[in-house]
Amino acid sequence: MTAIVDYKAGNLTSVKLAFAAIGEDAVVTSDAATIRSADRVVFPGVGAAKSAMDNLRGMGLADVVREAAATKPFLGICLGMQILFDHSEEDGGVDLLGILPGRVRRFPDGAGEKVPQIGWNDILANDPRSFVKDHDEYYFVHSYYVEKNPCTVATACYAGVEFTAAVRKGDLFAAQFHPEKSGKLGLSLLRAFLKTPVKAR
Amino acid sequence: MLKKRVIPCLDVRQGRVTKGVKFKNNVDLGDPVEMAVRYSDGGADELVFYDITASAERRPIDIGMVESVAKAIRIPFAVGGGISSVADMERVILAGAEKISVNSLAVRNPQIIAEGAVAFGRQCIVLGMDPVRSANPACPSGYEVTTRGFREFTGMDAVEWAKRAADLGAGEIVVNSVDADGTRAGFELEITRKIADAVGVPVVASGGAGRPEHLVTVFREARADAAIVAGMIHSGEYTIAGIKEVMAAAGVPTRMTF
Repeated sequence: MTAIVDYKAGNLTSVKLAFAAIGEDAVVTSDAATIRSADRVVFPGVGAAKSAMDNLRGMGLADVVREAAATKPFLGICLGMQILFDHSEEDGGVDLLGILPGRVRRFPDGAGEKVPQIGWNDILANDPRSFVKDHDEYYFVHSYYVEKNPCTVATACYAGVEFTAAVRKGDLFAAQFHPEKSGKLGLSLLRAFLKTPVKAR
Repeated sequence: MLKKRVIPCLDVRQGRVTKGVKFKNNVDLGDPVEMAVRYSDGGADELVFYDITASAERRPIDIGMVESVAKAIRIPFAVGGGISSVADMERVILAGAEKISVNSLAVRNPQIIAEGAVAFGRQCIVLGMDPVRSANPACPSGYEVTTRGFREFTGMDAVEWAKRAADLGAGEIVVNSVDADGTRAGFELEITRKIADAVGVPVVASGGAGRPEHLVTVFREARADAAIVAGMIHSGEYTIAGIKEVMAAAGVPTRMTF
């Protein structure tokens, strides 16, 4: 079973519908036991980092997400990727889950580009660990980005910044872009994620 | 590099896609879901649906249609028309739309932009506006905002309204020129550029696309981030792929894998 973690950080309809489109009846849930029993966990999210962290803690899901990220195929999406890192400069500074080493920063205003970045951008991916291909185009919507870090496997460029487009650490995958809104390429990514072997427990 | 987006616009009237000139002489073009799939597969970067009569008829948007579209396509889409509250916005978002476009409602009640941005994030809230060339002294940009399908003049300056909407929390602004709408003679570059220069959020040019070169021009000269196409593809005269080939050949950053 694939669990989509619902921590009141944005609408999960499109994530669920994208899995449905490839034949996976993913379960949208806030229930710790359901997430613990899932084979795979999808951790989406849009919106503000602080309220997302407050929700995660308030709903008792922070440790559940940490545990899932360490033990089973795990896919973070957008804010769900950013939250895996140490710290964000959003809202005057927010401590995040600290599962991966790195920081979240805001795109600079005045670089001649609009913030948020909204739209399709192409990927630079030369890392052998990467689960996306060089030149692939995906749909992004974000004002904040993860700095390049040891887990970065793909980057993209915007507002003069080469930022983290995707990260990987073993079976932990995460993307700044939205595979669920990225057409056929996005569906291929989700399909590949579903094929990640589940470890016996 | 971020790509310039090509966004087909589907005007829906009683469950069917229609196209008219300046909101008149509407003709039936087909089923919204079928057309959404065709355009999505054909390379559209995003779609926008306007329930064009909902607002004028003061009835809510067709949620069933939004749900059907959300099931059928895997690219972002925006929905406008017939939204009158944050609760309406929530229904549309939960049905699977990525963005909500508010137009007349925001003119009547600008605070709805802020309420929507707080509730769903500013990336979900699109301000649609229908500016028309105007000699109204209250409109120093030379463009006045109209509402309710160009039926009413508001006395509001288009550039000032765009700035205010962005400050309130609009994540994107669609500039639909009344003068250019349906003419297929090219986008209204002047007002598009004025607004693109004035706000820090992406601007979508709308109204007047008739040839692929019109998109190249609006991206190059008016700093648009995206452009809406309608009649030129609905008629079958051009395809999205064909438009994009012209864009790419002209050096416009264009998404070409789909």
